[in-house]
Formats: sequence, structure tokens, C-alpha cells
Amino acid sequence: MSDARSDIFARIREALKVKAPKPHLKGDANAGKSSVAAKPWLPEGGDDAEGSLLILAEQLAKLKAVLIRVPDRASASKALANLSLSKKWKKVAFHGHELLRPIAAGLSCETWEADASFDKQRLEGCDAGITTCESIVAQLGSILVSSATSGGRALSVLPHVHVVVAEAAQVVPDLGAALALARARHGEQLPSMLSFITGPSRTGDIERILVLGAHGPKELYLILIG
Amino acid sequence: MRVSLFVPCFVDQLTPKVGLATAKVLKKLGHDVEFRASQTCCGQPSFNSGQWDVAREAAIRALTVFRGAEVIVGPSGSCVAMMRNFYPELLKGTAHAEEAADLASRTFEFSEFLVKKLGVIDVGAKFAKKVTYHDGCHALRELRLKEEPRQLLRAVKGLELIESEEAETCCGFGGLFSAKFPMISTAMVQVKGGALARTGADFVVSADPSCLLQIGGWLSREGKPILPLHIAEVLASDA
Amino acid sequence: MSDAKSIFLKDATVNAADGDQRAFIRKALGGYYTNRDLQKARYRDWEMARDVASMAKWTAVNDLANVLEKFVGNFERNGGVVHWARDAAEARAIILKIAEDANAKAIVKSKCMTSEEIHLNDALEKAGYGVVESDLGEFIQQLRGEAPYHFVFPCMHVKREAISELFTKHLGTAPTDSPEELTMIARRHLRQLYIDADIGITGANFLIAETGQISITENEGNARLTAALPRIHIALSGIEKVVNYLDDLSVLLPMLATAGAGQPMTCYNTLYSGPRKKGECDGPEQFHLVLLDNARTRLLADPEQRDALHCIRCGACLNVCPIFKNIGGLAYGTTYQGPIGSVITPHLRGLKQWNHLSGASSLCGACTDACPVRIDLHHHLLHNRRNAAKESPTLFDRLFHNGFNFVIKRPWLFAAGGRIFRATLPFLQKLPLPYMRAWMKTRDLPKAPSQSFRDQWKNQNV
Repeated sequence: MSDARSDIFARIREALKVKAPKPHLKGDANAGKSSVAAKPWLPEGGDDAEGSLLILAEQLAKLKAVLIRVPDRASASKALANLSLSKKWKKVAFHGHELLRPIAAGLSCETWEADASFDKQRLEGCDAGITTCESIVAQLGSILVSSATSGGRALSVLPHVHVVVAEAAQVVPDLGAALALARARHGEQLPSMLSFITGPSRTGDIERILVLGAHGPKELYLILIG
Repeated sequence: MRVSLFVPCFVDQLTPKVGLATAKVLKKLGHDVEFRASQTCCGQPSFNSGQWDVAREAAIRALTVFRGAEVIVGPSGSCVAMMRNFYPELLKGTAHAEEAADLASRTFEFSEFLVKKLGVIDVGAKFAKKVTYHDGCHALRELRLKEEPRQLLRAVKGLELIESEEAETCCGFGGLFSAKFPMISTAMVQVKGGALARTGADFVVSADPSCLLQIGGWLSREGKPILPLHIAEVLASDA
Repeated sequence: MSDAKSIFLKDATVNAADGDQRAFIRKALGGYYTNRDLQKARYRDWEMARDVASMAKWTAVNDLANVLEKFVGNFERNGGVVHWARDAAEARAIILKIAEDANAKAIVKSKCMTSEEIHLNDALEKAGYGVVESDLGEFIQQLRGEAPYHFVFPCMHVKREAISELFTKHLGTAPTDSPEELTMIARRHLRQLYIDADIGITGANFLIAETGQISITENEGNARLTAALPRIHIALSGIEKVVNYLDDLSVLLPMLATAGAGQPMTCYNTLYSGPRKKGECDGPEQFHLVLLDNARTRLLADPEQRDALHCIRCGACLNVCPIFKNIGGLAYGTTYQGPIGSVITPHLRGLKQWNHLSGASSLCGACTDACPVRIDLHHHLLHNRRNAAKESPTLFDRLFHNGFNFVIKRPWLFAAGGRIFRATLPFLQKLPLPYMRAWMKTRDLPKAPSQSFRDQWKNQNV
């Protein structure tokens, strides 16, 4: 008996002996070139930094994610401390990153550098997870986190609240730019997980009625510096 | 222009007034209208039932019937879609492929012909009633006609056009589908007919007489106070 | 008549007569249209985006051997293990073997239609594993012991009262009529299960050849948790899910969300390349990918309908389908419901058994217009009908259409037949004629005119 792999490849090669027509396209044939960098048919992501930030703010609001803009790291620290107090957090897990350490240090509740001594049961008991991110997509309001820059896979999704602290310079216009940036940064050594987070976790499974916080965070905050 | 009428077989037998109204409007606009009596059915029932060899014969017949006609105009989005879109598919790779493409380029749905080919929007009709328009699926999605019939209706004196909630929803006719799967077809016309009746219009107007058969048949059975009317009948009206 | 057809006819008849349930489904999908149109309006050129999306899939599917080979090479380089399954039985056996080797007990799953296709849960449960579906809709359907109703919205047909009762019965929770509270009940219940599970099973929406990553789309975060917490991650995917470039996702991901659910982006779109890497604090020790054929190559061998393999399972064609809305998803009796299911099921499971689904359509074409990757859905229903008529013609159809053809070929006979038809119509309507009786049950025919068009025309123009 031949193995499944070669059988399947043999079936594919046999099947493709007859060519299929191209789909009925509305536009020109260039459409097929997926390497076209700018995609002027997709939703807009802004022509410049200011434009992108405007679109981002609008998208996040629609997604029910909270954008907190602050001028510098000190005020980021203050914003997070206020949030922690108002939400009465007791335990907060954060990604051990040079940007986050001083900010987490300003919290009055218990803090834990989750990636230094990972424990999923302990993480489940945390009120919030605080991470950095790879980039932020203005076009769609998506935040790209990775297992490298966000304290692993679970920190950004297991606690009930997710707070992302990022620099305004991390905002990119569109999805294509975010993917290109991640590849440029990591090269062949891509993090084992890259995840676009677009608003707090949600479901519409019951009568198509929107409920936030299905399994992931019920609340998503983006503290944007600069 | 010399217009050759393409009258769908069921219009010929069941609602001849639609064919007459079509001819009346075209003549009023100053065109010569002919009807080639050798035409019968476009073959769509067989085509939709998978009997493509039978449908192919009907297609080849139609090529012969309309040979030499300058333009062919039919008051049915569905039957015109059959000739325009599906004859070329049926006759692909045969000796008739070229002629099928040629026929397709000469064949028009009635409202399409007026607006796109002749550039006429106001045919000088009068019809002081409230009407709602039903998009037949073939006219809407095979022939991509959406605004053309509405433009014509808006230009009719005294006519009030009301949009219904489910204007683009299928009425559930689908030819033999309506008899092969009557329970589904009926459920569909309940949704459609209900939405049409809620508009409070006096008439539901369409460019597809087959949809009107289905919608009208259900409205009549349910005793709803809204009547089916073909767009050609509205445009032929002067009262 | 095939078994599948007689069950379909029975279920469709019952459901089509259930006005309350149909209204409930229409209402549930009402918001979809509004949101979809709002999101579509943000696209500078939606039609162009459809072109690009369909070409991204076309290019990969029509070069499947090479693209798949490239993907697998990169996937393995990233540390994942690839398994090949010719059919459902092989796929089940592979997954059972992984579970056995790992000495696993508890398995948590995120939504994966391919696992429904191979009836994975049954096999795992029979082998003694605890399996829990973590997607809220799938979790509810698992408790109900029912297949998904819609492959994106699995329990959209279930009213909140029924879900509350279900939770009271199985989880012992207090009754509630709040969707929010019901969601929180499931959230609380599943939390510890993720943490305790040995194996997480997910599907895959896209396989990216140039990077060897798999992409998973979800809203709830359950797939994220499923691929983060257990020590083994198994992904199950059809071989057609592959695309060439990572950048293809910059078009496909937003379109999937907009077309399928009226969202700008689904909440979580995650790319996985391998198990936990050196220096990463969590994630599975093993990452397995099961690549399934299960008759996909049969569909691939049909160039006319090959584009059905472009499907990204967004569910748009179901959302707009009047047949789906009126008979419901369960009546199809298939893993994939709605127009795409009616197109592909005859290829996957046999034309003779499943052609009735292609027949049960008015061919309105709403699905084709809604498809983000331009699958020629409603025309493929016609193609299936043609293939079935050729492959296994029924005597009634042959007689009916040849008889009809005999008449329409002869204009004099057509005219004479028409005259008789019109004259006897009131009488015909009372006879148990096939087709006529079905029609007359709910609809009237217009009163037959005394003269046909052709007669009146002749008289006018003499």
C-alpha cells in the first residue's frame, strides 16, 4: 500500500491535468498580483500618521475597545494606576518588557511578571494582563500581539481584561503593513504565535445578540504613548 | 428600429396582454414591431432541470427563428437571461457558439432596451396608482438591471413608487422548482408576498412575468388587495 | 429516491411550514445585512477586493501540489508535524494515535467544521476521551446532541429559553433569559477545562505556503486558549486551505469577516508556526497538523466547479439564501449547509444521493453575489443538475422533457396544445396531475384568456 501523502499528491496532479478557467473578474487582470503593496480597494488606513490615528480611534470606538492617549511614559504609568484603582484589580500579570516594568511598578496591587515564571492556573486568577504589541492596524482597529512581544500566548487572552501599552509610532496604516513589519523584524524566526486582536472577545451565538467577553477578555484597553 | 418580439411561451398562452402591451409601447415610440410565429419556448425548463441536450435543441431552434432580426426584445428578464447568458454556455464548443454569442448581443429585456439601448425614460405613460417594484432575480443578477425599470416607472405620470422591504428577495418561483419543491417555494412567496402587501401599494410591478405568476397566484389565494402587473402594461397605460 | 432525499423532503416540509421559527431566523439575520453593508461601504472598491481575493485562492488551488509542498516544507521547518489523511477514517485514526501516544485524557476543541465532517467527537468519545467543544455555539450544540445549524453560527436557531433550560439540566445553573448571563455561564464552566486539557484541537482557515504558518479566525478567544494552554495542539485542515503568500491575508481576513458576519475583522486572527519556541514561556510542546483529502481531489478534478475549493467558509451564502432561511440548516443533512453545501456535497458524498440539494433552489443567485471569493455558486447548482441528469436520468424527467420538446419544436402543435390547455384549464386544475396539483395547493393560476398572444397578433395584423 502506498502512503497517504504520495497518494494525495498523485490525486492532485492527476486532477490538475485539466486547467480551470479564471474566475469571472470585474476588474483588470492585474488583480491577481498579490504583491501590490498599496491596496487601494480595501478600507482606508490613513495617508499619514495623523490620518491613521484618526481612523484608529474611530475603529476602536466602534469595536468597544478603549483608547487612552498619553503624552509620555510617566502619564502612561499614571493612566494604568488609575485604571487599576477604578477597576479594583487585585492581581495583575504583565509581560516582562523594559517598557512595562516601570509602568507596572507604579501599581498598588499585586503584580506578576508572567513570562518569567509561567503558571497557567495563577494567570487564570489575575484580573488583567498587560502586554506590549508588535504593531497596531489603523485600518481595522487591530492590535498585533505575538508570543515574543506579548508574554507568550495566554497572557493576552486568559485574564478578564487586556491592557496593551504601545508607542504611537507603532501604528501602521493597514494589515499588509503590519504583516510586512512583523516579517522584517523577525525574519525567518517568526514567533510561534502572531495574533491580530480586534476589540474585546465577543460572541453572537445566542440569537445573534452581541455579548462581549465570551472566552477572552471582556475589556480591551490601548494606552498609546505620544 | 425593427424590433422582433420574443414572447415567452407562458405569456403567449396565459398573459397575452403583456406581449400586446410590449408591442404597443414599442410602436408608440415609432419602431417597427414583428412577431415571428415560429417561436415557442426558450428551453429554460429543460435547462434548469439538467436536461441540457433537450435545451440545446431549443436553443438551436431559437437561433434559426431569430436569424436576421435586428434586435430581439422580450418582456421577461428570465427568458432573456436564458438567451443572453445560457445559450452561449449551452452551445460552447459547438458549431453554433458564434451565432449564440451574436444572438446574445442582439437580445434585450424590455426595460433594458428602452433605457440602455434607446435611451428612453419617459414613454409618455399615465398611471395614477401606487406601485411597488419586484426585482426578478434573473433581471437583477443575470442581466444586472436594477435602476432601469425604476427609472421608467418614476417617469410615469401620476405613479407613486414605493420600495418594499424585500425588493431583492426571490419570490420562490424558479420555474419547475415551484412545483418540485412546493413547500419551499410557498414559504418563499409568503415572505415576499407579505412584504409586498405591507407596502400598501395597489400593484406589484415587475419585468418578470413568471415571478408575477407566482406572486399573483399567492396574493390571489390569500385575498391580499394588491395585484400583479407587468411593467409593459404600466408603460402602455395612458389613464 | 435516495434516503438523504426523503429525509430532506420530510424535514424541509416541516420547517417550511413553521412560520415562527422562520421569522426567528429572519430576525436573527436582520442585523447581519445592516452591519455587512456598513462594513462593505468602508471598502474603497469591494468588487476589486473580491477579484483579488478570488485570484489569491485561484492561484493556489490551481497549483495545489506545488503550493502544498512548499507549505509543508516550511511548516515542518518551523517544528510542526504533518500527517496526511486520504479520508475521514484515516484522519480519525491519526488523531486517536496522537492522543494515545501522549497518554491524554481530556481534550478541548475549538470550532472546526472539518472535524464535524470526519465525525471526530464520536470517535474520541468512544475511545474514552473527554471532549468538550469550547466555541459557545458548538458547546450548546454538543449539549443538545445536534449537528451545527449554520457552519458559522452553529446554534442560531435555538432560543435563549431553550439554552437556559439546557444549562440548567446539564450544568445545574439557575434559569435566565439574558444572553449575556448565558454566555458567562459557559465562560465560567469552560475556563478550568482549558487549563486541565492535555490536547487542544482546532481547525485552520488558511495555510500560508511561504511561511508555513496556519491561520485561525475566531471571535470568542476560545481557539486562542485551545492553542495556548494544552500541551499538544492538533490542527485539522482540508488540503484546499492553502494560499501562497502571507500578504494574501491582508485581503482575505477582512473580507472573511465582512462577508460572513458584517465585521471589519473577526476578533482574533491568529497565525501559528510551530510549537512553543525556545525562549517562549508557554504554548504546546507538540504541534500536529492533519491534512485531509476526503474527496476534495474529486472536486479538484472538475475544472468547471474547481472554484468551489476557493471557499473560505465565511457563511455569507447561507446568510443571504432564501432556501436556507426557510428550511433551516439542519434539513440539509450535510456538514456544510446552504448554497456551498449544496454545491460540494454531491462531489464529497455522491451525486446520486445528494443531487436533490442542487434541485432545491430557485437559482436566485443571491449566494453568488455575496461570495467574497466569487464562487459561481448558483451556476454550479445547474452544473450538478446537468451531471445528475446525465449520470442517472430518471424516466419521468426524460419523458416529461422530451415530450415538452416534441411540442415546442412544432409551433402548430404548441399553438394547438395551448388552445386545448387554456380551454380545459379549469378542469385540469382539479386533476391530480404532477406539478399542477403541487402548484395549485397554495397558489391560483390566472384565468386563461380565450385567445393566445399569437392568435391576437395574427388577427390584429391581418
